[in-house]
Amino acid sequence: MKSLRDSRDGTQAAGDPPRGRRPRPSTRHAPPAAAPERRIPGHRPGASRLERWLGNSPLGLVLTAPYTAYVLVVFIIPFGVGVWMAFHDYFFTAPGVSVPHPFVGFDNFTEVLGEEKTQRAFANLGLFMAINIPLTVVLALVLASALNAATHWRGFFRVAYYVPYVTASVATLAVWLFLFNGSGAVNNVLGPWAPDPSWLANKHLVMPLIAVYVTWKQLGFYILLYLAALQNVPKELHEAALTDGAGRWQAFRAVTLPAVRPVTSLVILLSIITAGQIFTEPFLLTGGGPSGASLTPALLVYQRGIEQGEPDAAAAIGLILVTGVLIIATVARRVMERD
Amino acid sequence: MARTLRILRYAALGLGAIAALLPFYYMLIGALQKKRDTGLGGLLPKPSNLTLDNLAGIDDSFSLLGALANSLIMTVGVVVCTLVFGLLAGYALAILRFRGRGLVFALVLLVQAIPFQLLMIPLYVMVVRYFGLADSYAGMILPFAINSVAVLIFRQYFLQIPREIFDAARMDGASELRILRSVAVPLVRPAILTAMLVTFIGPWNEFLWPFLVTKDQGMQPLAVSLANFSQANSTSQANPMGAVLAGACVLAVPAVVLFLLFQRHFTSANLGSAIKG
Repeated sequence: MKSLRDSRDGTQAAGDPPRGRRPRPSTRHAPPAAAPERRIPGHRPGASRLERWLGNSPLGLVLTAPYTAYVLVVFIIPFGVGVWMAFHDYFFTAPGVSVPHPFVGFDNFTEVLGEEKTQRAFANLGLFMAINIPLTVVLALVLASALNAATHWRGFFRVAYYVPYVTASVATLAVWLFLFNGSGAVNNVLGPWAPDPSWLANKHLVMPLIAVYVTWKQLGFYILLYLAALQNVPKELHEAALTDGAGRWQAFRAVTLPAVRPVTSLVILLSIITAGQIFTEPFLLTGGGPSGASLTPALLVYQRGIEQGEPDAAAAIGLILVTGVLIIATVARRVMERD
Repeated sequence: MARTLRILRYAALGLGAIAALLPFYYMLIGALQKKRDTGLGGLLPKPSNLTLDNLAGIDDSFSLLGALANSLIMTVGVVVCTLVFGLLAGYALAILRFRGRGLVFALVLLVQAIPFQLLMIPLYVMVVRYFGLADSYAGMILPFAINSVAVLIFRQYFLQIPREIFDAARMDGASELRILRSVAVPLVRPAILTAMLVTFIGPWNEFLWPFLVTKDQGMQPLAVSLANFSQANSTSQANPMGAVLAGACVLAVPAVVLFLLFQRHFTSANLGSAIKG
C-alpha cells in the first residue's frame, strides 16, 4: 500500500551506510560528542575495513538473509524461468532426464496469439474490466460517502460490506452457483423473466455475472480505502462551497471528487491487477464455458500449462497477460494523474 | 432537502448491506435444509425442513476434520513464517545500517509487483518436479512463507519507535538479537496482531496453489476438498446443494468469526494483502 511505502527512508537506504574511506562518525544514532568509551554495537570508531564495508551492523545481512533467500527461490528464479520458458521449446520430462530445450524466439507467442481461445480469453478479460472497474469505483465511492456522512449504524455497515471480502471465494462461489443456476433462487424470483438459457449457460451473461461477483466480493476493501480518504477531506472546504451557494452535487464534484482522486487512481490500479488474476471464479462456476464465453487468460494459463502439459505456451500467455496488465495500468495511471 | 438526502443515504447503505449479506443468509439456510427448496418461501426457515444431516453427508465424501486440520496446518505454517521472517527483515530494514539494505528494501517492493500468473507454471514445475514437494505441507506453504506486506508493516512500526530506546539498550550492553527479542518485539505487539490477521485470511481461503500441489485427498485443505466435492456434483448426496453449502459454512465461519472479533484492527492502512488476491 502506498501509505506503507515510506519513500523517505527508502531513498535514504540507498545512500547509507557511508562509503567514504575515512571512518566517519555516525551522526544518525548519536552526536559525536557523546561518542562513548564503551563499545556499542553500531558505533565502532576502530572498525576494520571489512566491517566498514559491510556497514555499521552487518547483523542486518544475517537477519534479512532468510527473507532474501525466499524471495530468490519463490519469486526471482521462477520469474526468470517463466520468461525463459516462454522463449524456448519446453516440455515436461521424467525427473533427471536431460533433453535440449532449444531457443525458439517468439514462436510460442505467435502460436498462442493465433489461437481463437487466447483471443477469446483476452476479449473476455476486456469485457470483465469494462464492467468491473466502473462498477467498483462508483459503488465504492457512493457507499463510502454515505457511510462517511451517516451517524448511526456505521460499525454495522462497515462490517457488513467487509464480510464478503474476508470469506473464501470457494465458499461464496458455491452460494452464487446455487443462486444463479437454472433452478436457483434468482430464476425462481424472476419467474417468466428468467433469462434463457440461464445465467451460467448463457454466453452473453456469464462474464458480466462473474464481473458482478468479483465487484461484490472486493467492494468492502475499496469502501474502506475511500472511507479513509474521505475522513481526511477538510469539512470546512465542503461547507465553504455550500456557503458560496453550490448545490450538494456541485460541492461533491468540486471538493470531494478531486480530494479522493489519488484513491480512485489506486482503486482502478488494484482492480486492473485483480482482473488479470481471475481464475477461481470461471474455473469453479463454469470451467470457462459455455464454449469459451467465460475463459480468462489466467484460466488458460492453467489449462495449457498443467492440464495440457504445454508449459512454454502457458508461460507465453502469462507473459502477454502481465505485459498487457502493466500497459493498461500505466495508461490508467497517466490518465488519472493528469489534470 | 437534508431529510430526503438522509433517507436516500440510509436506503443506499441498507441496500448495500442486504446485497453483501444475503448470500451468507442463503448459505446458512441452504446448509440446514433437509430438502432443497429454491422457491421464495425456501428463504424462510421451516422447522420441519431443518437438519444437520448435510454436514454428516459431506463428511462421508471426505474427512471434514482432516481437511480442516490441513487448512489449519497450512495457515499456521504461513503465519509463523510470515511473523518470523517479517520481524527479522522489518527490524533490520528499519533499525540496522548494513550494506545491501537498499537492495533488500527494493526486493520487498519488487515482490509485490510480480504477479502470480507468471510464477504459477515455473513454481509448479520447481516445487512439484524438482523439489518433490507435491502433497506436502512444505509445498503448500512455500510460496506464502514470505509476505512483503508483513515486512512493510513491521518496518513501519519499528521506524515509529524512538531510536533512543534501542540506543539505551545498546549502552546497557544488550546484543542486537537480545534487543530484538526483549525490546523491539514487545513494542510492536499491535503490528504482530495486525500481520497475523491479515495473513491468516490468505492461506485459509487460498484455492489455486494448494489445488495445484495436492492430488492426495488426505492432504487437501478444506477449500480444495470442497471445490472438488462441488465439481464432482456430489450426486451421492440426498441434498447435494445442502452438502456443498454446509461445507461452505465450515470454510467461511472461522475467517468470518475471527474478522468479527478483531474487526477494529482492519483499517485501510494495513489491508495490503488484498493486492495478492
